[in-house]
Amino acid sequence: MTMTSSQTVAQPLTHSEILAIREDFPILSTTVNAHPLVYLDSGATSQKPRAVLDAERTFLETENSAVHRGAHTLAALATETFENARATVARFINAADDEIVWTSNATEGLNLIAYAFSNASVGRGGIEAKRFALSPGDEILVTEMEHHANLIPWQELAARTGATLRFVPIDDGGSLRLESLDELVNARTRIVAFTHVSNVLGVINPVELLVARARAVGALVVLDACQSAPHFALDVAALDVDFAVFSGHKMLGPTGVGVLYGRSELLNAMPPFLTGGSMITTVTMESAEFLPAPQRFEAGTQRVSQAIGLAAAIDYLDAVGMDRIAAHESALGAKLADGLRAIPGVRVLGPGPGEARVGLASFDVAGIHSHDVGQFLDDRGIAVRVGHHCTQPLHRRLGVVSTTRASAYLYTTDDEVDELLAGVADVSAFFGAARRGARDERPAERPEMRGTL
Amino acid sequence: MTSAELNGLYQQMILDHARTPYGFGLTEGAISRSHQVNPTCGDEITLELHLEPGTDVVSSVRWEGHGCAISQASASLFADLVDGLPMPEISTRIDSFREVMRSRGTIDPDERLLGDAVVLAGASRYVARVKCAMLAWVAAEHAISLAKAA
Ligand SMILES: Cc1ncc(COP(=O)(O)O)c(C=O)c1O
Repeated sequence: MTMTSSQTVAQPLTHSEILAIREDFPILSTTVNAHPLVYLDSGATSQKPRAVLDAERTFLETENSAVHRGAHTLAALATETFENARATVARFINAADDEIVWTSNATEGLNLIAYAFSNASVGRGGIEAKRFALSPGDEILVTEMEHHANLIPWQELAARTGATLRFVPIDDGGSLRLESLDELVNARTRIVAFTHVSNVLGVINPVELLVARARAVGALVVLDACQSAPHFALDVAALDVDFAVFSGHKMLGPTGVGVLYGRSELLNAMPPFLTGGSMITTVTMESAEFLPAPQRFEAGTQRVSQAIGLAAAIDYLDAVGMDRIAAHESALGAKLADGLRAIPGVRVLGPGPGEARVGLASFDVAGIHSHDVGQFLDDRGIAVRVGHHCTQPLHRRLGVVSTTRASAYLYTTDDEVDELLAGVADVSAFFGAARRGARDERPAERPEMRGTL
Repeated sequence: MTSAELNGLYQQMILDHARTPYGFGLTEGAISRSHQVNPTCGDEITLELHLEPGTDVVSSVRWEGHGCAISQASASLFADLVDGLPMPEISTRIDSFREVMRSRGTIDPDERLLGDAVVLAGASRYVARVKCAMLAWVAAEHAISLAKAA
């Protein structure tokens, strides 16, 4: 458990508070298939409050211009608002302003780190960057529950450098098996990359154990905070991670903006990933010198209105209170998982009864494919995610091809969870029992309409 | 409580075929095989063609895989439709099916060409489900091209 004690004592949001919050999200009062929308797909992307939409619009209507370029009044205003947004993000996760790098999303943040290491491995970045260089014999460690975004960039980095990719296995309940951690994180380990919260299992990983072991061998820690930053207070200094990434669109912010946190000492020693305008000091026809972080990693025209929208999202979350959001979602997560488990034929992945989980649950309905479950629920206006949720190895490990995932956020009500549970309870009756077996006889009822040859 | 649209998508014949599929299970002696994956959901199918010796007539389609009711029923209906047809005729029917599935419900399926598989036409209104319905047919198209090359 990495939630702080203040989160366990915080009061969940009251029903009237949630109703007031919902008023701020225009999309939540729409209908889908003639039913009021029940949006239970915030784990994929969250809805946006008016404050975020307004912040983007106001910026575009009053201050829009290129940041860090040009000397006119609007350029100065825009640069200030843009940098204030960075400061808002920094405060939100307890980092320094220059430790916040804008990215497009978490995926780009993870690729940025992997490619910076890759560039260091071929000698870019000079002597300072040598500490990031990988070669055969080095090891990168991930876990079996990673989103493809925190797996494939490391597979590719390993393939380019000759390093070995290893993983921490999980048990049947979806917890990391840490009994052989001392062997998995060893003198050859250079990077330990793992997710804070699984987007499928809802489990919260023990960051401090992994960090302590990584520190003991001098490995760098990369935290995928995509499913934690939106849902409970994230303190990168207290967690003592080297890098963390998350996406704005999962935390009430716009698409197209994400965050890479890196300890400033590391960022300033790393070679860049993307190169071009806005990240240089001196350029000749032969070579270039680079700005310090964060600009070193922000080549090209930035996503300015999106960053400003993300800062407005963070202000919104802060005003509600991350500890109260976490308390609300953990209660919803328990209700979801317990309710689903009580439905015959439903298997819930991840933490068992009474064990901590965030506000999401992925489940399998015996004999019924997740696409069909999702289609059935959609008919009632209930939006859930179906498929492998970008975690094919995790699904394979747990013996399922695909699952249905319901994920809540601060605007999700108890009633919505009840509607989902009622919907899932009706799924089996609609589709009937599981497959009975193949038939070798041609279906008897088919009329003779085979057409002529 | 379910809507007419949902009942139109999941017609009883589709649910029956999904539960008790025809042609399911691979056997020895196929002339060609195709494996197809739907990357959005991970659904898979392996489909094989068996020919009547010395002809281009498909004696039987055999397949294995896992997926949603639409994709499973579609494979079953396909196998039922084409067993005993020559490959060029099967290609014609695949083309006809594709045209219907891409039409977003605007083209009525030709029952003389598609037989019971006309029940799948409802899926053409659900953009996200067209791939499910097409999976077996795409596999068959690929298997036919491999058989011709063999
Ligand atoms: C745990 C986790 N990591 C990474 C990602 C990738 O986020 P994005 O697609 O916004 O880059 C997601 C979101 O799908 C996620 O849930």
